[in-house]
Amino acid sequence: MAYSEKVLDHYENPRNVGRLDDDDANVGTGMVGAPACGDVMRLQIRVDGDGVIKDAKFKTYGCGSAIASSSLLTEWVKGRSLEDATRIRNKDIADELGLPPVKIHCSVLAEDAIKAAIADVRKKREQAE
Amino acid sequence: MQLPIYLDYAATTPVDPRVASAMAECLTIEANFGNPASRSHQFGWKAEEAVENARRNVADLVNCDPREIVWTSGATEADNLALKGAAHFYHRKGKHIITSRIEHKAVLDSCRQLEREGYEVTYLDPDSNGLISPETVEQALRPDTILVSLMHVNNEIGVINDIEAIGEVTRRRKVVFHVDAAQSAGKLEIDLERMQVDLMSFTAHKLYGPKGIGALYVRRKPRVRIEPQIHGGGHERGMRSGTLATHQIVGMGEAYRIAREEMREEARRTLALREQLLRGLEDVEEVYVNGDLTRRAPGNLNISFNFVEGESLMMALRELALSSGSACTSASLEPSYVLRALGRNDELAHSSLRISIGRFTTAEDIDYAIERIRHAVAKLRELSPLWDMYKDGVDLDQVQWAAH
Repeated sequence: MAYSEKVLDHYENPRNVGRLDDDDANVGTGMVGAPACGDVMRLQIRVDGDGVIKDAKFKTYGCGSAIASSSLLTEWVKGRSLEDATRIRNKDIADELGLPPVKIHCSVLAEDAIKAAIADVRKKREQAE
Repeated sequence: MQLPIYLDYAATTPVDPRVASAMAECLTIEANFGNPASRSHQFGWKAEEAVENARRNVADLVNCDPREIVWTSGATEADNLALKGAAHFYHRKGKHIITSRIEHKAVLDSCRQLEREGYEVTYLDPDSNGLISPETVEQALRPDTILVSLMHVNNEIGVINDIEAIGEVTRRRKVVFHVDAAQSAGKLEIDLERMQVDLMSFTAHKLYGPKGIGALYVRRKPRVRIEPQIHGGGHERGMRSGTLATHQIVGMGEAYRIAREEMREEARRTLALREQLLRGLEDVEEVYVNGDLTRRAPGNLNISFNFVEGESLMMALRELALSSGSACTSASLEPSYVLRALGRNDELAHSSLRISIGRFTTAEDIDYAIERIRHAVAKLRELSPLWDMYKDGVDLDQVQWAAH
């Protein structure tokens, strides 16, 4: 399969690989996918008091398009408010990376990951209050 | 060393230069271009002679009578002809067929077609090493079983079925035994005088011959009958009509002649390269070899790197041409049905590479491949949340995954 330049770039030089401290009440973790399906994404965000995403990290087990989708997502969410980040759609990711139809599910997984991370940090902050 | 390095000999092989030049002698006006079926002039006679010479070369490699070799367009057609041909001929004796879950699609899809026609098919499960034992076959036999079809060497994991022992079972029970030898001919010794196989499929392009030509062995003593699937001019004793492709046939004959002369030396050499490859990879953490390592064709290594997905691994290995059992590399988005049939979890199927070594592979190629693979696996594990979890001592089987 031929990959787009952007997929290759994110695959070769993934942005924001790593982990954030899950015990931090300001860190939200979204873990989506399943090993048996061939892709698992872990996306983590850290938000400040104003609900702005200050940092984002990911690790992904999956094909090149899944890695690129999650890498791109970490770039996009930094500096956005939680509210704003919920508006990211899989189609935006797929369009930006030029994903072929068989790889659309990778961008869907990335959208699921950010939604799960946002839900997680909101829940943790409510519990902390 | 030339990049990319070809390590996918189980998919196809380059044509040996000696084969290519033999083929080139059968095309133009100055050369042997005639129709082997033309009986009225020397162009035809000369082409027929070349075809019969090739037939003898194929027969000699597997120790059978040249009259038992029927040319086809490849192993897929040979498998179709064997299964449908035998099933259609013997349907009055019964309508039960036995095969295995890890056969090539040419066999499995022919079986599906026969099921639609009212035949019943038993799909045997291999053991965890990918092998089908003679006992498993014997237990599945029924009074109405007419045909057993099993591959000699599996195309994905390279394991070798004991077709000699299975042939004793099927012969005793008077059931036709078909073997797909696409991956084994010219790599392992095949002696059809000794092995009680009734039908055997061959191809040229896995053995440094051209694509588009193969053959079906059809035993004469005891005689095995098949219904033709392609009708026409009555070529190949009526079993497969169609003008014989002299250049393709000559290419296959030359490839099989070379194999007969060189296979022992070549098997020794490719096995040494595979051992070199395995030695270079086996100390990587969480590495699993898929399929039996001792009963295995010399050039094949199928290996899983846990917590790394196969397609991304291949993406990191663009200088190496190889295959993966990962879902993402298949049109169906399903992981390899062969690896799944071994009872391994799906993750290991997603994480697998098939590396197949052949005539033009060098020790330098293998060293380079080892270095690249180790580097890529390390890089992708750094990216893998599963690797983190494994390192943290999390049992991944206990995690509730959201399947999608």
